[in-house]
Order: sequence, then structure tokens, then C-alpha cells
Amino acid sequence: MHIRLKIWRQENSQVAGKMLDYELAEVDPDMSFLEMLDMLNEQLLGKGERTIEFDHDCREGICGQCGVMINGRAHGPLKNTTTCQLHMRSFGEREVIYIEPFRATAFPVRCDLKIDRSALDRVIQAGGFISVNTGQAPEANSIPVGHGVAEAAFDAAACIGCGACVAVCKNSSAALFTSAKITHLALLPQGEIEARERVQQMVDQMDAEGFGHCSNTEACEAECPQQISVLHIARMNWEYNKLQLLKK
Amino acid sequence: MLESKIPDGPLEDKWRYYKEHAKLVNPANRRKLEVIVVGTGLAGSSIAASLGEMGYRVKSFCFQDTPRRAHSVAAQGGVNACKNYKNDGDNIFRMFYDTIKGGDFRSREGNVYRLAECSASLIDQAVAQGVPFGREYGGYLNNRSFGGVQVSRTFYARGQTGQQLLLGAYQALMRQVHLGTVQLFARHEMLDLVTIDGKARGVIVRNLDTGNIERHGAHAVILATGGFGKIYYLSTLAMGCNGSAIWRAHKKGALIANPSWTQIHPTSLPQSGEYQSKLTLMSESLRNDGRIWVPKNKDEKRLPNQVPEEDRDYYLERRYPAFGNLSPRDIASRAAKERIDAGYGIGPLKNAVYLDFSRAIKEQGEPKIREKYGNLFRMYEKITGVDAYKEPMRISPAAHFSMGGLWVDYELMTTIPGLFALGEANFADHGANRLGANSLLQACVDGYFIAPYTLGNYLADEIKTPPIDTSQLAFESAAARVEGQLRALMSIGGKLSADHFHKTLGKILYDKCGLSRSREGLEQAISEIKALRQQFYEQLYIPGGMAINSELEKAGRVADYLELGELMCYDALTREESCGAHFRVEYQTPEGEARRNDQDFSFISAWEWAGKDNPPVLHKEPLKFEFVIPTVRSYK
Repeated sequence: MHIRLKIWRQENSQVAGKMLDYELAEVDPDMSFLEMLDMLNEQLLGKGERTIEFDHDCREGICGQCGVMINGRAHGPLKNTTTCQLHMRSFGEREVIYIEPFRATAFPVRCDLKIDRSALDRVIQAGGFISVNTGQAPEANSIPVGHGVAEAAFDAAACIGCGACVAVCKNSSAALFTSAKITHLALLPQGEIEARERVQQMVDQMDAEGFGHCSNTEACEAECPQQISVLHIARMNWEYNKLQLLKK
Repeated sequence: MLESKIPDGPLEDKWRYYKEHAKLVNPANRRKLEVIVVGTGLAGSSIAASLGEMGYRVKSFCFQDTPRRAHSVAAQGGVNACKNYKNDGDNIFRMFYDTIKGGDFRSREGNVYRLAECSASLIDQAVAQGVPFGREYGGYLNNRSFGGVQVSRTFYARGQTGQQLLLGAYQALMRQVHLGTVQLFARHEMLDLVTIDGKARGVIVRNLDTGNIERHGAHAVILATGGFGKIYYLSTLAMGCNGSAIWRAHKKGALIANPSWTQIHPTSLPQSGEYQSKLTLMSESLRNDGRIWVPKNKDEKRLPNQVPEEDRDYYLERRYPAFGNLSPRDIASRAAKERIDAGYGIGPLKNAVYLDFSRAIKEQGEPKIREKYGNLFRMYEKITGVDAYKEPMRISPAAHFSMGGLWVDYELMTTIPGLFALGEANFADHGANRLGANSLLQACVDGYFIAPYTLGNYLADEIKTPPIDTSQLAFESAAARVEGQLRALMSIGGKLSADHFHKTLGKILYDKCGLSRSREGLEQAISEIKALRQQFYEQLYIPGGMAINSELEKAGRVADYLELGELMCYDALTREESCGAHFRVEYQTPEGEARRNDQDFSFISAWEWAGKDNPPVLHKEPLKFEFVIPTVRSYK
């Protein structure tokens, strides 16, 4: 395949970035998207040029570190797929492919396609856990959890924290990410006890980080590589409203 | 020289006795003691969180953008624990025995028994953290069977057990960060260990955001940096996995044990082209229901579904009837290689075997298979474009897990006092072959249940040591050396990329220090690696500057791999037997099975760095078997 690329280049967060043009010949349709970028980098290096910085690690669709906007879509054209699991067979011969970093105020660009997503860690730090210390847990089967409940909790826990939900949201809201963790923990008997404090603290932190509000466009669910449902946002709102009512 | 510190007495009392006699640090003193933890996978996150909970001051480092990306995330199949929930005869001794036997009698009895003993508590801990394990309809935990074992002791969270366990540990870590007991340094890579008066006192790290070289001091340093299987380039590991932290510690005096024992995983996707950056792993759990076969006819032209039963060779079921498709990984990988080398491989490059679900789908129905392995089938389809519900998967062996690592004693302390190694970064529990679902277990157990005790035992003697001053000469010179190394790499100014050298090294190791080894091949590999290393320092090119620069990060890791790879070959060369992941073609039975030599090789090889251009020095820790008798490992 022969492809044309327009890629966001930005030396660091202090300077302005711009789209630059590249061309790549002899791309194998079985290559993953990131392997195509490897190939481009190998060619840039051969010409003595600075290579394109992008985040990636496991290349198995599970670590959540990769993720760029491809032709305006988070993780590219396929549904429920991370960038590392996208293959070049999804693109046409001589197609022009636009590649940009995930954009949000809370995700500053570090270099080229690399961004800073530590805001998501701080949302988890605010309450995205069960307060249990090591070495004092009761026997596991003393807390039965129905098969259906465990599966529903898993559906929410499957979030890989890639940030695509934020990047595709017109408000740059982290509601899907935050609500997925809230649902995961609130559904389980172990986590239900702290549910109220958790939702308050995590929502407050989300606001403090500069993520926008959710206005229910549901773009997040459409682009989520793990098919995390927007129903979790409804649960988060329900938990939050319940808390406000009970406060009074 | 090598003192394993395994407590005397009956196997079942060793760990209890140790815990009863370990020294303690009182809570007021813990606040004065600092500990550095490098790596935030299961071992790193769990120990950092545990120490934070206990009141120590912890600094946690990882090179990824957040701790949740650590490669523990990718483990799919499950985690072992002898809960005996299925009433199928499981108990601590049986799990201990399976693991010792699985490791081909090349691991320590005391360590392995402790691993089995602590396994049940890990499930309790993870469930309390909210890890959504698979459940029966009545609400109790479900489990399944894994390779090398005849009971059901593997707990799982769909195909994302590693991800979910890691999230549990990560969330525990985040809780401590919020409480201020743990300071988090993401995007920081450890580039040297600092020792003062022979003790580990800190690390030199590079801030990957700014390029700045930073010094951090502590009363103890813990390396939980995972394995180095990525040295083969094509492997199941994440791109960033590396051996640099343990290698730098090795060059500061920590011995490395059994470095040549890298597990080759039997159920990876085959290589399909030269551009490929990794081999994706399909979970071993698939072997519970999938049957492995190749055509009986070398020139089979029919599509797999059209090949009738009588023309298929279910070679694992044929050769190992008792364990069949659930044979341990080394056996299954070697059997696949044997068939592929004999010309029966399938696929365009004839480098794969079939993993067939048609019978399981017929017997259990597609929805059941979908529920058990749905995400794996989806992943397979994404990568290959093939629907494995309709035709068999193609799988092939790939480099996966390092059983070798820093030598540690029973306390998980290396030969450098105050330097501990946890999880895959140490060599301790797996012997010559790791059984499936023991990796997550070892990482977690080291971090949650073992190191919190053994570290306390060490730190109890450190309460009078004031905070470590990083302006000392040892820090000064280590930082200067690291900066010098980075500048030297940047200034080579050749034409070839770090990836080029990594790929070339990987090919040498796959061919000559991979699934099978020979004296001739290993000797060739050593001279080829020496030549490649020389070329690296003449021909490498790194574009860009000293700040954010992935090429510079890669080059540093490849420089270390070029030294570690040579040590792996030395290690494989000296071990004149076949055991576990180490198959020396000169030592096999007439049926092609591994021939172990307990008489001469029942020891752990611990290697000492003897300086650049000097051959490494071998130290031996003899293995004592008091409670089991090493037998010929048969899965027939």
C-alpha cells in the first residue's frame, strides 16, 4: 500500500504545533497502525530527522497507553478497538490519514502525539478504591457476589483508562471513565459501603482537573475500545443526586 | 558465599517460624524510614501500597505514563490458589509439588512451599479490593484448570485477570498516594543503583518528560521491574519491558541467577511478516477447550475444517495422554517446534499449529465458549481477520517469561544488602519452567505478603540511619556516569536505529538460545553478540535531543540487552543437561524428551559481573531436596 499521512508535530508543551505531511510506500495491509508508525520512524531516522513520539506499550489492546485521533476519531475507524489493534487493511490505497493527539485541557500535549493523562490517576486517588489494607481480608467466599452482579461489575471494571472518552467528548468530560469506576465498586458489596463518599470525591476531583460536564451526547460510548456503557454515567448521577438529597 | 537463609524445620513451619522471629520496626520509626520501589506492576504496586499502609515513606517509580500500564496488565488467563473450592483434592502440598515438578526440580523447596501457602490469602485480598473474579450462579468464586495440573485452582476475571488484579493493586497504591505515604514518579526510568558502604542507598533516574537526571536516596531499594523476555525482540511482552534496572544493579554487584531460562509460551500468534513488533499471546486458558493439531500429511492442501479426523495429528494428546492439551508450557512449545521443524507446520510461513474449538463448540454450544473466551476470540479476529468460532486458530511458540533474574535469598534480598527484587525481576520460585497462572501469584504474594515482613527485618537495623543525603560522592559519581553514558550514546552518530540492533540480537537468541540450544550454537551466539555490540557503539544513531526522546530510551535498553544476551548464552552453555525451558540438543532421550542431570546440575547458577570484556564468574547454590524426590518429569 501507498499512504499519505498528516501528523501533528509539536516539540513540547511550550511551543505551537502543526500538521506535517509524510508519505509511506510499501505498507503491508497486515501491519498494525503502530507498526506503520514504526516504519515511518525508521525512515525518518534514516534521513536524520527527529522521530515521531507516540505513546504505546503492550500492543495488545489492554494497557490503554496508545491512543491518537485518526481521521478525527479516537483510536481510528473501527468500533471498540484500540489504536494498537487497528491494522492497515482498514485503510484504502493512497488514502490521506490525519493523526493527532487526544485533545483536552486536562490532557496537555507533551510532545507530538504524547499527552499527559495523569489527571485520570488523580481522579482515582480521590476515591476510586476500596479502603482495605493488606493482610486482613476475610475468606473470599464469605462475601458471595451473584454471577450477574459480578459480570455487571466486570463490564464497568473493564475500562483501560485510555482517555478516548474524554478526547471525543465535545465538553472533554471524563464522566464515562469516572462513572465506570464508581459503578464497578458500588455494585460490589465490598465497595458499596463507601459509595457515597466515593462519588462525591471523584466528581469533585473530575471538576478540579478541568474536565467538562457530561451533556449526554454519548460519543464516549461510541468510541470506547472496551464498550463501556453510558448507563454508568446515569448510575453516577443517581448516586450523586441521592447523596445531595440525603445531605439535606 | 550464597546463603539462601531458608529456615530449618518442617516445610509447613518454615514461613510461620520466619514471621514469628522476624524483627519489627515500631510505627513511630517507620515514618523515619524511606523505601524506593522501582516498577508498578503487581509486585511493585502491591509492595509500595503495603509499605505505605504500614507507615513507611515510599517513593514509587515507573517509566509508563501511569502505574496502571505496567505489563502485569496483559496477563489474561488467571491466578492460582489452592482453595480447594472444587473439592478435587487440592491442598498446599499438592500445589507445591506441581510447581516444583513443573519447574523441573530446579527451584527451592522453601520458596515454592511459601508461594503455595500464601496463595489462598491472595484471593481473599483481591476479592476484598473488589477484583471481579468469575463467579458461580450461587455467588461463590469459580475457577478452572491450567497447564501442568490435574485440579482446578486457577481463578480468573474473564480474559483480563492481570488487568483486574493490577487495577486492585493500582487502586491500593493510589489510595496511599492520596494519603501522602507514597510519592509517585511516573515517566521516570531507573538508570543506576547507588550503593554506599556496600548497601543499596538509592537510585539515579531519568525524568523522561524533561530529560533531567535525578537522584533519590532511601534506606532500602526494591526492584520490581518485571522480566526481560523482550530481549528476543519478538515476544509476548510490552514494547517497554526491559532488563535495564536489574542489569545496572548486576553491574553494581548483585548476582543474576539462571538468566538463560526464558519461557517460550506455546499459544502466541505466529509471526506473519518482517515488520512485526511483537507476537500477541492468546491465553493458555484456551487449551482447556481447544485441541491442538497439525495435519498428518505434510502437503495438506485442504482447509482445516475439511481435514477429516483420521488425517489430523493431535500430537499433544498422542504423546502426553494424561495431560494432553494441558501439558506444561515447555513441553507444549517444544512439541509444537518438533512438528513445525519436521515440516508439518501450517499457515503461509508453515510456522504454526492449529488450536481447534470445533468439538468444544459442538459439545458446549457457542454461547458458553463466547462467555469463557469471548474477548480472546475478538482479539484474534482483530489481528488476523479470522473468525475462530468458524475455523481453528493458528498459534505458535513465542518468548514470554524470564524464570531467571536477580538472585535473592528467602527474604527476597539480593547479594547487595538493602536491595530487594520482587516478582519476575527475581529468579526465586519457578525453577526451569513456570506453570501457567503462577506469575501473577508470585508477583502479588511477594508484594503483599512476603516483602512486608522481610523488609521490616532488614529495616529494623536501619532505624538509626539518618535520611540518605544525595549530595554524597556515591550519588555524584553515579549521576555523572549515567549522564556520560547517555551523551556517549547520543554522539555515536552512525546510521542504524536501536531497533535494528534489538531485532538482530533477538534473531541470534531465538535461533541459538531459544527453544533449543547446542554448544556449537551458543559459542557462535557469544561471538556474534560481541560483534554486534561493537557495531552498536560504532553505528548507532539517535535523532532528537536529550529531553523527550523514545529513541534514546530504546538505545539505553538495547545497550543493556547486548550485555545480558551474552550472559544468557554463557549460562546456557555451562548447563550441560536439558531441563524445563532449557533444551540442549546434546542431552535428550531417544524419544526426544529432555534428559535432566541431577547428579551434576542440581544447582542454581548465580553469575557475577567481572567487568567489561571479562567472562562472567559462576557461583553455584546447591539445591537441597528434603521433602520431594526429583523424578523424571512425565506427563504421559
